[in-house]
Amino acid sequence: MSGAIAKAFARAKARGEGALVAYGMAGDPDLPRSVDVFAAMVEGGADIVEVGVAFSDPIADGPVIQGAAERALKAGSTLKRVLDEVVPELHRRCPETPLVIMTYVNVIMAMGEERFAKRARERGISGAILPDLPPEESGSLRATFDAAGVDLIPLCAPTTPPARAEAIAKDARGFVYCVSVAGVTGMRAELPADLSQRLELVRKASPVPVVAGFGISTAEQARTLSAHADGVVVGSALVRAAHTEGPQAARALCAEIKRGLKR
Amino acid sequence: MNTQTAVGRFGRFGGRYVPETLVPALMELEEAYAAARADPTFDAEVAQVLREFVGRPTTLTPARRLTEAWGGAHVWLKREDLAHTGAHKINNTVGQVLLARRMGKKRIIAETGAGQHGVATATACALFGLPCEVFMGALDVERQALNVFRMRALGAVVRPVESGSRTLKDAMNEAMRTWVSQVSDTHYVIGSAAGPHPYPTVVRDFQAIIGRELRTQAQAAFGKLPDAIVACVGGGSNAIGVLHPFIGDTGVRLIGVEAGGHGLDSGQYGASLTLGTEGVLHGSRSLVLQDADGQIQEAHSISAGLDYPGVGPELAHLAKTGRMEVRTATDDEALASFYEVARLEGILPALETSHAFARGRELARELGAGKYLVINCSGRGDKDVATISARGVPPAVGVKP
Repeated sequence: MSGAIAKAFARAKARGEGALVAYGMAGDPDLPRSVDVFAAMVEGGADIVEVGVAFSDPIADGPVIQGAAERALKAGSTLKRVLDEVVPELHRRCPETPLVIMTYVNVIMAMGEERFAKRARERGISGAILPDLPPEESGSLRATFDAAGVDLIPLCAPTTPPARAEAIAKDARGFVYCVSVAGVTGMRAELPADLSQRLELVRKASPVPVVAGFGISTAEQARTLSAHADGVVVGSALVRAAHTEGPQAARALCAEIKRGLKR
Repeated sequence: MNTQTAVGRFGRFGGRYVPETLVPALMELEEAYAAARADPTFDAEVAQVLREFVGRPTTLTPARRLTEAWGGAHVWLKREDLAHTGAHKINNTVGQVLLARRMGKKRIIAETGAGQHGVATATACALFGLPCEVFMGALDVERQALNVFRMRALGAVVRPVESGSRTLKDAMNEAMRTWVSQVSDTHYVIGSAAGPHPYPTVVRDFQAIIGRELRTQAQAAFGKLPDAIVACVGGGSNAIGVLHPFIGDTGVRLIGVEAGGHGLDSGQYGASLTLGTEGVLHGSRSLVLQDADGQIQEAHSISAGLDYPGVGPELAHLAKTGRMEVRTATDDEALASFYEVARLEGILPALETSHAFARGRELARELGAGKYLVINCSGRGDKDVATISARGVPPAVGVKP
């Protein structure tokens, strides 16, 4: 298991803060400039960076990330190029920040699971999130990742029954990604009322930190959730900020959300 | 990736690759379906609707003039074009909507390519009084105006999808996204024997009525099982429906015909079994048209129903193990067959079906006299007449211009 992720959560906790997991789309607007966006997020206070790798058919994503994926594909983004051109440069600029790949299972399959795991680890990747790979299908991939030292981070949904959520949590690597809303990625004005109970249940069962993601875009939402989770994931709001106003807007939003995560 | 589980697998293919949010709903569907199948009243209800409303059994028709023109095997047609709404799709939508009603679901969503599945879903929803929303690629909305009208007339809401290639694959993405958001009270009626487990099994079972009827009808019509059965393959629901009951009959050749589009060397085709590689699309591991980086390619076919870069996992398994032979027909070959069948048999076949006819000619000759070839006439071509007539109609036989 990767120690980098655990350390990042521990550092945030020692500072009395919830951790911010910041998502960006590698290759949006192009490969080099997306490195600037990721680095700006870290400057703004992101504790862990999720490096999104575009897929042509992103069924778990809402319009903002879907649009970013289309732009990234047009700019020539591929998993190979992200690992060769984005990750090493980002790792050089932010050596302390754990990097996690987020993409779809077909993209990993096309590269080959072992090749991906080995290359990812060499380039400085600590974990991977695959939103279309539920536990039943993840056995062999996880064994390969474990062997290479890449955490396969599981997701838990609001529709997941409690016993299943506990089983997912018990067996987790890196952290547990608790999807806050039944739906796709994207900003939401309101989060479900029972989310805090769900987070507590997962947290009790999990040996690793638990974060809430999907729909979170404001410091206030981060503040509310950080009472029940070890951190939050912010994606669409950052992708939109970076797309419309550039890296500095993503940096400012990270800083604002970090203020909400102070305990 | 090695296969780790046996959840809905056909050899290496199948499985359930979906967001965790959907997994409990798919488990619920799997259980509800198993319970329904174990309940004779459900089977009886489906059978009654198929008989009274859909018009089953559909006929098995001798194609005497095609037989004569092709000069080989006896050619017979399994007439799914005669089912209500004009295609085999209704077999599945009636079954799934009854299943959804049994599960207490309040609304139905579906995706559609050519519109046949959308029309069939809208029809079943109208029949059983459930609200229905159909996702359709914006390009398909343009080229299938008749079916868009039919869906709307039946009370369904048609949602044009503007993302990606604006065709079936994008409509399926959007339907899945919508389902993720509304999964508690909504049933997603997938139209092909594709998607995450249990859909490939559910759809195949509802469509297998085609092959079961054919077994009985073939015995009555020519005293034995067919020597070969041919069906077009997009996602593959009509193909698996007619072929599945014959998988164990090794004397029966099973043939699937995919969209060759502008030709297999053109880069524009819908031939996932022929040129696809293993991948995961829309929740299932199968053969997929994709590039070396795992990005799904846009498929092409003159027929909106074959314009899909994936294929059902069971067909992928049958093709890989050699039980099913796979051929392709180009857009031009399908068009030529459309007119040949229209003028020799008085049937306007769907463009999808025309692909099966295009390979039927050589198959009839390969089999030779005294053998029996059945072509699954998956749907009628009325929906395609605008596409076809735009290319100009060849002059009538024996009539001077």
